[in-house]
Amino acid sequence: MTGTLLSIRGLTKAYPGVVANDSVSFDIGAGEIHALLGENGAGKSTLVKMIYGLVKPDSGAMQMRGAAFAPPEPRAARAAGVAMVFQHFSLFDALDVSENIALGMEDPPPLRDLAARIRTVSEEYGLPLDPYRTVGGLSAGERQRVEIIRCLLQDPKLLIMDEPTSVLTPQEVGILFETLNKLRDEGTSILYISHKLEEIRTLCDTATILRLGKNVGTCDPRETTARQMAEMMVGSELQTPKGAGGTPGAVMLDVSGLSLPAPTKFGTALKNVHLRLHAGEVLGIGGVAGNGQDELLAALSGEIRASRDAIRLKGQDIGHLGPTARRQRGLLAAPEERLGHAAAPDMSLTENALLTGAVREGLTTNGFLRWGKARDFAETIIKTFDVRTPGPDNAARSLSGGNLQKFVIGREVLQRPEVLVVNQPTWGVDASAAAAIRQALLDLAGNGTAVLVISQDLDELMEVADHFAALNEGRLSDTRHTGDLTIEEIGLMMGGAHDGMEVAHVQA
Amino acid sequence: MFRLEKRPQPSRVFAYLTPVLAVIATMFAGGLLFAALGKNPVEAIRTIFWDPLFGEFAFYYRPQLLVKGGPLILIAIGLSLGFRAGIWNIGAEGQYIVGAICGAAVALAFYPLDAWYIFPLMILAGALGGMLWAMIPALLKVKFGTNEILVSLMLVYVAENLLASMALGLLKNPEGHGFPGSRNLKEYPSAYNEPILVLDRIPEPDTCSGISGLFECARSGSYNVVADFSSGMHWGVLTAFIAVIFAYVLLNRHMLGFSIRLTGEAPRAARFSGVSPTRIILFCLGISGMMAGLAGMFEVSGPSGQVSIDFNVGYGFTAIIVAFLGRLHPIGILLAGLLMALTYIGGEIAQGNLGLPSAAIQLFQGMLLFFLLAVDMLTNYRIRLVKREAA
Amino acid sequence: MDLSSITPALLLASLMVAATPILLAGIGELVVERAGVLNLGVEGMMITGAIFGFAATIETGSPLVGFAAAAAGGALLSLLFALLTQIALANQVASGLALTLFGLGLSSLLGQDYVGLKPTPTPSFNIPLLSDIPFLGHVLFSHDLMVYFGLGLVAAVWALLKYSRAGLILRAVGENHDAAHALGYKVVRIRILAIMFGGACAGLGGSYISLIRVPQWTEGMTSGAGWIALALVVFASWKPGRVLLGAWLFGGVTVLQLNLQAAGLAIPVEYLSMSPYLITILVLVIMSADKSRAPASLGRIFHASG
Repeated sequence: MTGTLLSIRGLTKAYPGVVANDSVSFDIGAGEIHALLGENGAGKSTLVKMIYGLVKPDSGAMQMRGAAFAPPEPRAARAAGVAMVFQHFSLFDALDVSENIALGMEDPPPLRDLAARIRTVSEEYGLPLDPYRTVGGLSAGERQRVEIIRCLLQDPKLLIMDEPTSVLTPQEVGILFETLNKLRDEGTSILYISHKLEEIRTLCDTATILRLGKNVGTCDPRETTARQMAEMMVGSELQTPKGAGGTPGAVMLDVSGLSLPAPTKFGTALKNVHLRLHAGEVLGIGGVAGNGQDELLAALSGEIRASRDAIRLKGQDIGHLGPTARRQRGLLAAPEERLGHAAAPDMSLTENALLTGAVREGLTTNGFLRWGKARDFAETIIKTFDVRTPGPDNAARSLSGGNLQKFVIGREVLQRPEVLVVNQPTWGVDASAAAAIRQALLDLAGNGTAVLVISQDLDELMEVADHFAALNEGRLSDTRHTGDLTIEEIGLMMGGAHDGMEVAHVQA
Repeated sequence: MFRLEKRPQPSRVFAYLTPVLAVIATMFAGGLLFAALGKNPVEAIRTIFWDPLFGEFAFYYRPQLLVKGGPLILIAIGLSLGFRAGIWNIGAEGQYIVGAICGAAVALAFYPLDAWYIFPLMILAGALGGMLWAMIPALLKVKFGTNEILVSLMLVYVAENLLASMALGLLKNPEGHGFPGSRNLKEYPSAYNEPILVLDRIPEPDTCSGISGLFECARSGSYNVVADFSSGMHWGVLTAFIAVIFAYVLLNRHMLGFSIRLTGEAPRAARFSGVSPTRIILFCLGISGMMAGLAGMFEVSGPSGQVSIDFNVGYGFTAIIVAFLGRLHPIGILLAGLLMALTYIGGEIAQGNLGLPSAAIQLFQGMLLFFLLAVDMLTNYRIRLVKREAA
Repeated sequence: MDLSSITPALLLASLMVAATPILLAGIGELVVERAGVLNLGVEGMMITGAIFGFAATIETGSPLVGFAAAAAGGALLSLLFALLTQIALANQVASGLALTLFGLGLSSLLGQDYVGLKPTPTPSFNIPLLSDIPFLGHVLFSHDLMVYFGLGLVAAVWALLKYSRAGLILRAVGENHDAAHALGYKVVRIRILAIMFGGACAGLGGSYISLIRVPQWTEGMTSGAGWIALALVVFASWKPGRVLLGAWLFGGVTVLQLNLQAAGLAIPVEYLSMSPYLITILVLVIMSADKSRAPASLGRIFHASG
């Protein structure tokens, strides 16, 4: 190591109603992998955006190798040797790999030369990539490679990676870590943002922990236990949800031979999905993003109709029914995207309560709305699930992610579902809200509801699910008991090795 | 430098304030325009906005407000339902024409039979005609995903040609000495959309003083005079008011209205909620076509009187402005429709008195929509002044 | 009826002329839409271009000045749309409609004093030698400059979009404005420029109608050409080459129905006049099966937060 690459001093950035970064200071050494650790909403993204020139700090200063560094725009940051791999929002689906990479470069060579360089670099770092493929057709892992190679082609001094492993299988994570270690050995500094403690302990040299916009400590993650870091990150001890431990009852939901064409150009087709869900059971479905999670939820909620007998609820065919009819029969769902899918952003919470509650809560008579009752229902959700908002007349978009998610999950839970399907129930939600949501799901199962949790967070699934299956390119693996699974087996299931024999074979 | 900042939720105050701001801004810009045309801007604005309501001949112009406002409101209410759901029917002009043709065709088919059921049948035909015309873009959108904006608009040009062909051919007045245009429905009592008299508001021209005098005038054949000087109420205006109430109840009290709003606000959430996009498309386009068709039918059987080449005067397009100016809210549309009618009438007066070209009024109306869209962001965003930071 | 009056060479030559206005407006709108903006005000910008070009030609006697004025007029009007949608973040559909209504009013106000006048004729430009080739010479090589300009513009737009960095950035902005912003591209600035280019093209297209195709000024003389240009972009699946193909198709239909009218076909004139609009609908229906080509950010409002 050869001293400090980037030194950050007293960076502060406030948004209306919230101080995203409050006088944050720390140093990133040359040739080190530096972890930036913190919960959702701790201010990691804002800090990184300031380093990358997307956001200007209100006060504070940065120095790059001793020289003042205040990039007015990303271009300047890139010129100074900063490169960033985004968590989302930075690829163009309809363009091909080399075009995408050219867009992220200051002075790209002609596309043909660029394609050749992409091939060279991608092979050098063990990240094979075809420069002429359309990005929309790539898997999440391959898309990330595009971003990484885009950065590597600029010979960055500092590489920023925002939650890079959230879209990878455990095996892919291993490959990524090898690449990052190689880069570090070549002298590149890496700012690694994550909330996964074990990852940071394996990979990083130093960790800076943010809580509520403040730097609450820097440590050597190899010397610090995961528990210590977690407590610094959260600020208090967390309760782990407790399962009700009930015995599974009768089959509630029976999906057999469910196949659906891809609903959009870059969507995923569901291929011959089978699953059985029992009363009182929590079934977790894992998988890397974009392997059919949204489509499976849509097929179960009724947004996309399937063939009549592909989905059976309590022995009744419901595949052909729409969302309202399924709700009537006790099958409820909560999609991943809160704003725009599970809730209408500009509508009030009362109206959003009406959005799925109309039938089961009796919020209409002969099609006419009972506003008073809808408002009461919204208020009940707010009270029961501790949703922080001035009241049910506020627009959904005015709520924080965690509060809105509690509202969305609460809205379904309070309707006494017989089967509940949720997708990414705690995505982008702070730890206390996540714990509350997981507890609510477990309580629900304890009372005999069959719960299906689709999630990309394996830790979450291991915590709440009795059984586990994985989605890969629209195919669902066999269901396994969570307790019997090793992390390698899970990785193989997510990677598409569905046959139990095959898993055994690989292990042998 | 300033920057826009999204409000946590839409501002109620600005929701009401923006149309008012837009009208004021338009008056200013319009004043400048009129000044550029060599007219006294204050006088022009007064002529347009004040004289029809409170000027010397207000007793004549006030009822005109309803005659002109009726079709605008009726069409705009229909359009607003679609706009709320993100369905853009901009071919109301065509549906208006087809409604008029269908209504008039029924009347002319029965001519000269005297029967009570002819007028109701005409209403039915007008409503159906407009609805079916709007069903073309609706079905194409549902079946093939065709863009309804372009299709509904293309159908305006088709309808205009159809109108010309009807006025020159099928519906031409056989006793019209070869002139284009149909028989005048004002002279066919069973088909005439006669004014509904609101007696206590009737002014008293010399020849028709007193209630008995009025009826005398009506009987003696100077009926039109009475009609023009009456309240301006006719069945179309009444229908427009009913439409306002209907839309209000639908949007605020009924699940279907909620589904329409939800579809516009968040289409994916609507689908998740169980709303069928197909049904919303068919309903919104169908009902807006029906209302435009009705407006056309009431116009052809009343104020206009006949199917002629230049029957349509752009109500279908102006209604788009009315719908937005009323912020797609039924009560707002009612007020906006009356305001827009005022600019039509005031524009005509200004044309006569000040020589203001009619195109200037058209431009004025276009400006109104511009300003409205420009200030509308204040509902959802707030403006913050920021000092430009040294880069 | 006398169909012998319709000669193929003349028909094809006038097809090229009839196609030019919508070709110009269509290629401009294509660039706008590839940048992710839906400007429904093409009709308004065309008619404004028509009167600007006409008035400038009458006043100066030079059609060239007229075309320049038309392009400037169209671009100026489109700037209003740009302000509304890019700065004030207004709904693009509504703003486009407003632009059309405004343009129609503006043009008829400006055009009052120009009704019935004849503009200076634009010289035809016979390409030496090539125009002497029998049949083809007449069809392809003896037109006014604007016809060739239109063809050149299509080629230029095609090459720029496909091969240049500017074209790549424009497409990127239209595909995913959030990503383009994250990479540091000035989404709003790029879109405003695209919108103004579209306005200039529409203005040129409009002036071609008032200066060459008709040539005189009447109110509302574009009669839906702007809307057909919009349909053309859908028809073309946002590909420049296919805009040309589409423009020729619509031009062909227009010319054919005019010729049939002139030849005294037994079908009433009104039904023939409907045909371009009906064909447009038909083509839209056929093409709407394939939606995948549309730029992914088309019509969406961009607001850079935080």
